[in-house]
Amino acid sequence: MQRLAEPQTAAPVGAMVPRVFRLADRRHDTVDTFTMMLEPTDGPPLEFVPGQFTMLSAFGVGEVPISVSGAANVAGPLHHTVRDVGAVTHALARTSVGELVGVRGPYGTGWDVADGVGGDVVLVAGGIGLAPLRPAVLEILHHRQRYGRVVLLYGTRSPEDLLFAEELKRWQNLGVEVLVTVDYGAPSWAGRVGLVTTLIARAGFDPRSALALVCGPEIMMRFTAAALLERGVRPDKVRVSLERNMRCGVGLCGHCQYRELFVCLDGPVLPFARVAGLLGTREL
Amino acid sequence: MRTIEQYLPDHPFFAGLDQEALAIVAGCATNVSFAPGEFLFREGQPADQFFVVRRGRVALQVHGPTAGTMVVDTADAGDVVGWSWLVPPYRWLFDARAVEPTGAVSFDGRCLRGKCDQDPHLGYELMKLVTQVMFSRLTAARVRLLDLYGNAGTTSALLSPLLMEARPADAGTTDAGATHATPG
Repeated sequence: MQRLAEPQTAAPVGAMVPRVFRLADRRHDTVDTFTMMLEPTDGPPLEFVPGQFTMLSAFGVGEVPISVSGAANVAGPLHHTVRDVGAVTHALARTSVGELVGVRGPYGTGWDVADGVGGDVVLVAGGIGLAPLRPAVLEILHHRQRYGRVVLLYGTRSPEDLLFAEELKRWQNLGVEVLVTVDYGAPSWAGRVGLVTTLIARAGFDPRSALALVCGPEIMMRFTAAALLERGVRPDKVRVSLERNMRCGVGLCGHCQYRELFVCLDGPVLPFARVAGLLGTREL
Repeated sequence: MRTIEQYLPDHPFFAGLDQEALAIVAGCATNVSFAPGEFLFREGQPADQFFVVRRGRVALQVHGPTAGTMVVDTADAGDVVGWSWLVPPYRWLFDARAVEPTGAVSFDGRCLRGKCDQDPHLGYELMKLVTQVMFSRLTAARVRLLDLYGNAGTTSALLSPLLMEARPADAGTTDAGATHATPG
């Protein structure tokens, strides 16, 4: 019997009050994507695990759920990589260095990267889905010797939309096999063109020992998970990160309810086996 | 360097063909190489070959009046390039350009078609292999048509009218896709 959707915890009142962070720096990653480096004004740095998200607020405009994109194991500002697609993210994009933003969280589940220790790890990112995977990559690199082969497969729209392009080269030099593909490119683009799932058959990893972390649009994750399973990756070793309409972040409001799941609480990172039947269901 | 007959059994495309069939197929094949920038074929030319890439990279590209020349697919080692040799009027629909120094096995389409006509069993086996790859490519092309990584306010030019109709009126002001790129 499926359990009913009920909040798993009673959130403390403070969970709804944002902490105040100052924008210490900002980097423009692509034409519509930027990374905010935030420093707390009211206490210690925010602790999180790779894969978690926060609710970022542009004061007077609103809140938006954004995955942390920085390293969990390094002291320094809190990184969020954001695409400017709506009212709140547009306000965040216009925030000047030195101005204040609100941060609630961190919330949700992480990638549990340590579950891959001793085996190979394959990370599959689509578009801005690379941002929530970046902390996982950095965590693995922090303990590189604990893992076998590490493969990052990254698909995006065009060469101009590549995130963290310089960092991808650095990761390659640090022992990560990085395969990149785009949907289309100008003749000057010497890289691959095609769907990211086509890289799975080429990548050098042992599916029997592999932990697979997948983040991107839901359709891409469905096709990617299918290709990973076909390659022989165990279903319980495939994890996906869902994006739903997270509002409260603590399982109270129900905006992100996904049948029996609250994505903000049970997710965003979930075993594919747990959501496989949901991803293809209409109007959920 | 291995001969074509030695190479073909290891190629994923030919997996499943028996030795006799491989020998027939190899009889229509020659080794070719291309320098970066050199074209394997050009749009509109007679399509009388297909290629199995052994090393390097081939870009499939098309020229349009507004976008200019765009690369729409690439083929790397292990991939197959070219279907037009199978389908009348046997003319290429795209340009194929070597991006890197590229080695390939070139198959004479007319020769293969003739052998398939003489031996329907061989033709059926070969057609099953071709269909498998065509199916994968078609599926990938259809998924890419969705413009997966575009934001909620943009879609591919082809699907734009359909998706705009289906999208809620206020979708342009939501922040869906800010972190995972899931269009509204």
